[in-house]
Amino acid sequence: MFWGSRKTINMNYFPDEVLEHVFDFIRSHKDRNSVSLVCKSWYKIEKYSRQKVFLGNCYSIGPERLIARFPGLKSLTLKGKPHFADFNLVPDDWGGFLYPWIKAMAKSRIGLEELKLKRMVVSDKSLELLSKSFPNFKSLVLVSCEGFTTDGLAAIASNCRFLKELDLQENEVEDHRGHWLSCFPESCTSLASLNFACLKGEINLASLERLVARSPNLKSLRLNRAVPFDTLQRLLIRAPQLVDLGTGSYVHDPSSEAYNKFKAAIQSCKSIRSLSGFLEVAPCCMSAIYPICENLTFLNLSYAAGLQSNELTKLIQHCKRLQRLWILDCIGDKGLGVVASTCNELQELRVFPSDPFDAGNAAVTEEGLVLVSEGCPKLNSLLYFCQQMTNAALITVAKNCTNFIRFRLCILNPIKPDPVTNQPLDEGFGAIVRSCKGLKRLSLSGLLTDQVFYYIGMYAKKLEMLSVAFAGESDKGMLYVLNGCKKLRKLEIRDCPFGDAALLEGMGKYETMRSLWMSTCEVTLGACKMLAKKMPNLNVEIINETEQTDSNLDDSQKVDKMYLYRTLVGHREDAPEFVWLL
Amino acid sequence: MEIGLNTKGGGGDHVGGCEEEKMGFEETELRLGLPGGGGDGGEVQDTSGIDPDEGKLTGLAATDPAKPPAKAQVVGWPPVRSFRKNMLAITATQKSSSDESGGEKAAFVKVSMDGAPYLRKVDLRMYTSYQQLCVALAKMFSSFTIGSCGSQGMMDFMNESKLMDLLNGSDYVPTYEDKDGDWMLVGDVPWEVFVESCKRLGIMKGTEAIGLAPKVVEKCKKRS
Repeated sequence: MFWGSRKTINMNYFPDEVLEHVFDFIRSHKDRNSVSLVCKSWYKIEKYSRQKVFLGNCYSIGPERLIARFPGLKSLTLKGKPHFADFNLVPDDWGGFLYPWIKAMAKSRIGLEELKLKRMVVSDKSLELLSKSFPNFKSLVLVSCEGFTTDGLAAIASNCRFLKELDLQENEVEDHRGHWLSCFPESCTSLASLNFACLKGEINLASLERLVARSPNLKSLRLNRAVPFDTLQRLLIRAPQLVDLGTGSYVHDPSSEAYNKFKAAIQSCKSIRSLSGFLEVAPCCMSAIYPICENLTFLNLSYAAGLQSNELTKLIQHCKRLQRLWILDCIGDKGLGVVASTCNELQELRVFPSDPFDAGNAAVTEEGLVLVSEGCPKLNSLLYFCQQMTNAALITVAKNCTNFIRFRLCILNPIKPDPVTNQPLDEGFGAIVRSCKGLKRLSLSGLLTDQVFYYIGMYAKKLEMLSVAFAGESDKGMLYVLNGCKKLRKLEIRDCPFGDAALLEGMGKYETMRSLWMSTCEVTLGACKMLAKKMPNLNVEIINETEQTDSNLDDSQKVDKMYLYRTLVGHREDAPEFVWLL
Repeated sequence: MEIGLNTKGGGGDHVGGCEEEKMGFEETELRLGLPGGGGDGGEVQDTSGIDPDEGKLTGLAATDPAKPPAKAQVVGWPPVRSFRKNMLAITATQKSSSDESGGEKAAFVKVSMDGAPYLRKVDLRMYTSYQQLCVALAKMFSSFTIGSCGSQGMMDFMNESKLMDLLNGSDYVPTYEDKDGDWMLVGDVPWEVFVESCKRLGIMKGTEAIGLAPKVVEKCKKRS
């Protein structure tokens, strides 16, 4: 009888503050989204306590609606242009403008503290407004953005009194050679992270030294090409607490006094775990770095075009604890063998082409990758630009490394078959997806038929992002993926024979995905129009770079570039002329 | 004499930015014929990277035997960020210039100007930026100024909205012939890359420059 009355603890008896405190421990976006769906009161509490928001596509929701939904917003991540914009496939002025977001947040007095942007167009005007509208602003991270100049940076430096982080990664910044660094007031002592490696222009070195000297919390410092060796040495003396260092110019005379001073300075930087830069490098000076190599967990030499394979391997031999390595392909297969025997803790490897303009000359092949897979069983993330790949190698890699989360292979000749058997690479990639059950991101290349997509649909159950180029034979290929990959969020396809049938049959899937990109495929305008009509929650955009206008094209004409994405706010208002919103 | 120059990244309000490195890729806009047929016929010329026997490319254009085969340039391939490509290009030029003993090789190119009675030559390696080059060209051809030209010595090349005025007016626009024999508008690519690929310079009247590389002009029109 006692157990007859079901005693349930009703969480609604708890005051809101308690629930809020509980929700504080829930950090992941997915979990917080789930929490908000439980009931109205949880929705409300979660809504007001949510501080961090991630928008993978800035056009999926408008700034006003976001602010209304999460008025307590403090930290915002926005991504703008489609991924293929990184490779010149999206024209200038496509979109992804930051300004409307800043304007809306300023107007609603959002207490913004952190902003992280990827592939967005950031104007100086938006940076200025940002710097003046959010008194507690602390962190600005810009990745692969464009549209701003050093004047915008000057505004950030001048006005953000509590700035902790200014991190500029691979942005196109117009350098007005102004003294933006000098704009940090003497009272600014809060900097913990400063990365201006992507800036091309001169820097006021004296200001930089003073800034570093008055920033006791500085843990991460990445310099640009214009910062010479002498200054680097003086900076290290002032900041021995650094954890992450990006050198600027690393060129000096190894017999000089300055070089000796540098050697002494770097040895006292016992906390450095991450090293990058070497945009200009004198190979004879690399030995000065050896003493700190044994503690490095991240080494990025992917811009150090001045280092040859033997210099690279000599350095890497000291880096026994390395977990992430970014390198140029001039390291060669043998060099990768050294990586394999030295860096047994390696989790992430990226091998970039040292000559991206010449499709014929990558210095690494399948052999290097196999060696790494044998020596580094913890490998879970790979980006590998190579001359060629074989099925046998991929099968071996799949056997040796079952933990891949990200597997991106780029054979420089995009339709090259297995050079030994002359077969497509279907079996090799099939082995990867079968073996790596946690695979979330996959990029394919080489000669590939529909069979590889059959395998992907069958085995890649956790796959979230797939990039395909010059692959497949028919619509079946695309359909295998759309039907099989339940967790797929982003699909980007170029130069494949997938057409209307595949596009339309996958209709129901697209609302569960963030976006779909198809360029130079077999998709026609008529099918895109039909898709747009049937799916009101999708924006279907056509990028048309020819002189033809709507009236000239008929529905049977193939579309060059199509980008569709789910959205809550319908057509965007900032699309340029060459983007048709269907 | 005023020479308008189209460099990326224009004036303050310009949002298109100076990102993509066109490198002449969009002009060539080559497509590979897909294995198993379908797709556009490839306009790919035979290359070291793509062997027609392996890839079963369709419709290879007949290459001029006198011309060495151009590398196949597929837009956006390999998938490397423009930023990275540019950085490596800059480092490469620096490397090659420091490798050569006794300084860099001179890079003399012919310079012609519409209406001038004779050509000149300039050494591109004497300059480190487009601005310097423009100043030098202006000085060189100042004696040949004809009729309506803008104020001397003031190059408004950072101002892209002026470009269309220049192209439409009778002012002069610098163009160049690149390695592929195409006539391009000066200013799109980083300086170092320009020096490597420029074979000759031509200073055209704006109205005549409109006839060249129409896509380039369209792009400029859209930006202004």
